[in-house]
Amino acid sequence: MSDDLIKTIFGRLTLESFPIHEPILVGTFIMVAIGGAAVLGALTYFKLWGYLWKEWFTSVDHKKIGIMYIVLALIMFLRGFADALMMRAQQAMAFGGSEGFLPAHHYDQVFTAHGVIMIFFVAMPFVTGLMNYVVPLQIGARDVSFPFLNNFSFWMTVSGAVTVMMSLFVGEFARTGWLAMAPLSGLDYSPDVGVDYYIWALQIAGVGTLLSGVNLLATIIKMRAPGMSLMQMPIFTWSALVTNVLIVAAFPVLTAVLAMLSLDRYIGTNFFTNTGGGNPMMYVNMIWIWGHPEVYILILPAFGVFSEVVSTFSGKRLFGYTSMVYALIVICILSYLVWLHHFFTMGSGASVNSFFGITTMIISIPTGAKIFNWLFTMYRGRIRFELPMMWAVAFMLTFVVGGMTGVMLAVPPADFQFHNSLFLIAHFHNVIIGGVLFGMFAGVNYWWPKAFGFKLDRFWGTISFWCWVVGFWVAFTPLYVLGLMGVTRRLRAFEDPSLQIWFVIAAIGALIIAAGIGAMLMQFYVSIRDREKLRDVTGDPWNGRTLEWATSSPPPAYNFAFTPVVHDLDAWHDMKSKKAERPTTGFRAIHMPKNTGAGIILAGLSTVFGVAMIWYIWWLAALSFVALIATAIGHTFNYDRDFHIPAEDVVNSEDARTRALQSAGV
Amino acid sequence: MSAETHGHGPNHGQGHDHAHHDAHDHHGGAAHGSRREYWIGFILSVLLTAPAFALVMTGIIPDPRVTAGIVIALALVQIVVHMIYFLHMNTKSENGWTMLALIFTAIIVLIVIAGSLWVMYHMNLNMMPGMQMEQSSGGM
Repeated sequence: MSDDLIKTIFGRLTLESFPIHEPILVGTFIMVAIGGAAVLGALTYFKLWGYLWKEWFTSVDHKKIGIMYIVLALIMFLRGFADALMMRAQQAMAFGGSEGFLPAHHYDQVFTAHGVIMIFFVAMPFVTGLMNYVVPLQIGARDVSFPFLNNFSFWMTVSGAVTVMMSLFVGEFARTGWLAMAPLSGLDYSPDVGVDYYIWALQIAGVGTLLSGVNLLATIIKMRAPGMSLMQMPIFTWSALVTNVLIVAAFPVLTAVLAMLSLDRYIGTNFFTNTGGGNPMMYVNMIWIWGHPEVYILILPAFGVFSEVVSTFSGKRLFGYTSMVYALIVICILSYLVWLHHFFTMGSGASVNSFFGITTMIISIPTGAKIFNWLFTMYRGRIRFELPMMWAVAFMLTFVVGGMTGVMLAVPPADFQFHNSLFLIAHFHNVIIGGVLFGMFAGVNYWWPKAFGFKLDRFWGTISFWCWVVGFWVAFTPLYVLGLMGVTRRLRAFEDPSLQIWFVIAAIGALIIAAGIGAMLMQFYVSIRDREKLRDVTGDPWNGRTLEWATSSPPPAYNFAFTPVVHDLDAWHDMKSKKAERPTTGFRAIHMPKNTGAGIILAGLSTVFGVAMIWYIWWLAALSFVALIATAIGHTFNYDRDFHIPAEDVVNSEDARTRALQSAGV
Repeated sequence: MSAETHGHGPNHGQGHDHAHHDAHDHHGGAAHGSRREYWIGFILSVLLTAPAFALVMTGIIPDPRVTAGIVIALALVQIVVHMIYFLHMNTKSENGWTMLALIFTAIIVLIVIAGSLWVMYHMNLNMMPGMQMEQSSGGM
């Protein structure tokens, strides 16, 4: 009787669910607990809770939400990178009968968590955060179309991240690989909570991703400054537009696939089972229909960053703007026509494989065109090798190699050799690190002065840059070699001792990257410490070309006191060359959206709901779901959503900027 | 564009600006429906839904494939009815963005469905040789 009662209350959560028998996890937990307690203690001691809640957590300001997205990405990046170091150490050790230090059960969770975290909770928030911060400024808007939705989207993403992190200490994570392929992810082969953690983390975060896609799409289409036609939009905004079209079209597919997988696991349907009429190959098919556009969702904003950076630091208008835009649009459509290249070996036969092989090779054409556009932008430009430009050049060199190995993988007969090998692993790290991550780092170095009013330290930035670039090549070239020798991915221990040297080199590469990450954190610390020395009062430290550089750094809450009027591509460059005067009088009160705590509350309830579903705690799931709906409906009755920034406040902050500009002699 | 013509602030769509609401239709904003349109839409929806249910529940047509075909055809018409009468979509609303979005969606859905059918058909043919036998011997 009491057993039944406990089961009703706690579902399948028992004391055994806590991994107290695994020393690595206990050690991690102690570290996290001490670190967490220190952070919470410091926040309480310095009385920062109220400030964080009022100024950040409940904020509907796109700039603050963008920064919070990037902070989330960096925190999760440290977790994902810790997983990577563990894998590298394991594979470098586990030779000649040695089992390494990770048991299979744990190792499988580590490589799954690494993939899931790096894609969904590092790359995605990074990209979303950057678009959130930059797009409204570039199009001369005061905020996004739906500011509250923006806050809600962010907290849903956090909720997903929290769910993944929870699996480290309560229960376990999936042991299926980052896409949780059926039938392995079905109840027959994964009866534990791992896959449920995976499903609910991604579903909750997916709500956030989809809604932020809708939001940015509406923002770009409806809220551009007067005069800014589509073909006068900055190229980063164009890449954001295409990215968000891809998000809105692709993410529902992921949601549907995961919903069907949950139905298989929770109520015994047979979509993806081996028996009962199910077909696991359908899971693979559908998840890649989402999965391939997803890689373009990640890379296109990075392309946008490089376009801005290359153009600014070459002091020239971007070469081939129109072809850039059409390349983006072509990629947008083509990215839906290539998904089968992820499973050439599953047996669709020659005709299907040829079609998808050819479409895959075609998609490299617009991508190649972009590389040439950047090169021609640099040609005869007055190039300044500031940090963002260094990342851009490193990207071009690295990404081209990744692109070429991609074309190798696109040849179906060759893919039968490369499939599932470390060659593939090296390829996609080549394009994701060399493309997405370098792009995000370029973006952070480029827009940091806009966000905080001071530049990032160049010395530590340079060290970080070289460690990253060198570390990347040392870490992943061995994987190309091993892949060509036929070593498959996700192996925990090896027989052939001649392979060990390559894994040791790869591990050294990972350590060099670790040094690069350390140098980057040091760069942030040093820059914040020396912020007065690195201060930029002009708001335009790089001699920029687009509208975000027209306002102060950091921009006021309202971004622009007057909505700018656009006459040309590179609107700010146009204004500067025409010696346009900054208006200093006639300011009026500005209508703005009000902060609200509803987003964080809704996301908190979603976390509770997800956890209850994972552990089969049905009463809590029902309760939190009802609370979720009630809060959402309740929020619609909140009419107190906007306010006016009084005219005198606008005058004060604009006058302060006028004085700052005068003192800087601009 | 719209933000400019209507003088909406950054919370366009969040704070409901009722004074401006009715002035939406003509400058390329979203179209709005009348009560009559909602009634037409409702009645058409019922007329398209009821036969589908009736066909399945009574089993009047012996061949289930024909039934499925008719139900799918009715569903497709239903989608169009919803788009016109409930979502008020036409070629001009939102400066044609609605139409563009619809065309894009249609292309993607077509790629996804046709592509999946093509891919899965060949998969079954090549990789599931046991399927035919299983079915003829009465499944599981």
